[in-house]
Amino acid sequence: MKYILALFKKDLLLEFRHQYTFYGIVLYVASTIFVLYLAMGQPESQVWNGLFWMIQLFVCVNAVAKSFLQESRGRLLYFYSIAGSRDFILSKLLFNALLMALLSIVGWLLFSLLLGNPVQNGWRFMGVAVFGGFGLSLVFTFLSAIAARAQQNAALMAILGFPLIIPQLLLMMKLSNTAFSSVFQESLTQIVLLLAGLDFLVIVLAVILFPFLWKD
Amino acid sequence: MRLSWWKILCVVLLLIVSTAGFLGGVPAKPILNETIRNLYFHVAMWFGMMIFFGVSVVNSVRYLRTGNMRYDTYAVEYANSGILFGLLGLVTGMIWANYTWGKAWSNDPKQIGAVIAILIYFAYQVLRNSMIDIDKRARIGAVYNIFAFAMLFPTIWIIPRLVESLHPGGMGNPALNTNDIDARMRMLFYPAAVPGWTLLGVWITSLRIRLKLLEEQKLNNA
Repeated sequence: MKYILALFKKDLLLEFRHQYTFYGIVLYVASTIFVLYLAMGQPESQVWNGLFWMIQLFVCVNAVAKSFLQESRGRLLYFYSIAGSRDFILSKLLFNALLMALLSIVGWLLFSLLLGNPVQNGWRFMGVAVFGGFGLSLVFTFLSAIAARAQQNAALMAILGFPLIIPQLLLMMKLSNTAFSSVFQESLTQIVLLLAGLDFLVIVLAVILFPFLWKD
Repeated sequence: MRLSWWKILCVVLLLIVSTAGFLGGVPAKPILNETIRNLYFHVAMWFGMMIFFGVSVVNSVRYLRTGNMRYDTYAVEYANSGILFGLLGLVTGMIWANYTWGKAWSNDPKQIGAVIAILIYFAYQVLRNSMIDIDKRARIGAVYNIFAFAMLFPTIWIIPRLVESLHPGGMGNPALNTNDIDARMRMLFYPAAVPGWTLLGVWITSLRIRLKLLEEQKLNNA
């Protein structure tokens, strides 16, 4: 636990010292949404929802990709020797989850600023967006570890990740669609539980499988 | 032939399926009519695909536990057979859908799930081929295989139960509605069609595995 927090703090500190990466991603979000605005204007709610999740997906790939690709080989060896590989992956998962939660909120604000705001139930939508961003970040963090070990770029991550994430993405779209009307549906809790279960599964798998990625 | 009894069984079962499947009695259902016979082919492909992907992931786990390259070969070849069966299942399903639902593709959740499964295993092959080092390829491939399997299968088993589908048995059993087929079909489907096609897949896979192991041996001796 101590190591996880220390490694998490290190990632956070790095982010504060090299703020350009964070602002770079925020700028990425802003410019894609601006391009979307130029292309689509203010679309209706179905399209809005679809676009929002697509942007979430691409932002996530770009934001999370660097988490392993940025670490040099020597530095990884150093982390590996001072802390266990499990602490390492958990700290990365935690950091990326927070980063993605933040970016989800930024994305939503920009979306409602530029593409209009068809959301009726703002709090629920924000909850779904943050929750969804959290799930995306977990899957892509682990995939970025795989891609980094295969010495590949973010393109491989997309190939590996997109088919894996489709079911989750569909569920999240279904979930966030409910925030466009004030009607409450019973099946929501079922989907939320399913997604939470999947998130938990990803964490467990990452903890079990990550040590095998590092053995050399 | 090595271990020939199950190969003979496989041929016999498939002969039974392809004769009795076309000549045997089937319940007359509206819309489906005689196309219900496709059950012996289409649904059996999905059983085969899931079994092969399952075997592939078991071999990946065994590889990670023991480090024996043989298991890695098993995992890859079973994944390949799974892809083959998945593609055949998709094609037979699309032909069937063309006659019963009016068009080959209607974004049914199970059609989407099938495509996702095939895409994931194509990605697995791409990932493996992107690495040259054999040990690393086997290890990272195995990690992805396990991760992908664990992510994929809960969703393709659970999601179709949550959303509406054109497939039969939408609320409950995701594969088929057991009330639609009668005893005659059940007698042919479970004891003959499913094991027959699965054995054929195992046969194909075992040939490919033996070929690959021989190739490796030749490389090692050269």
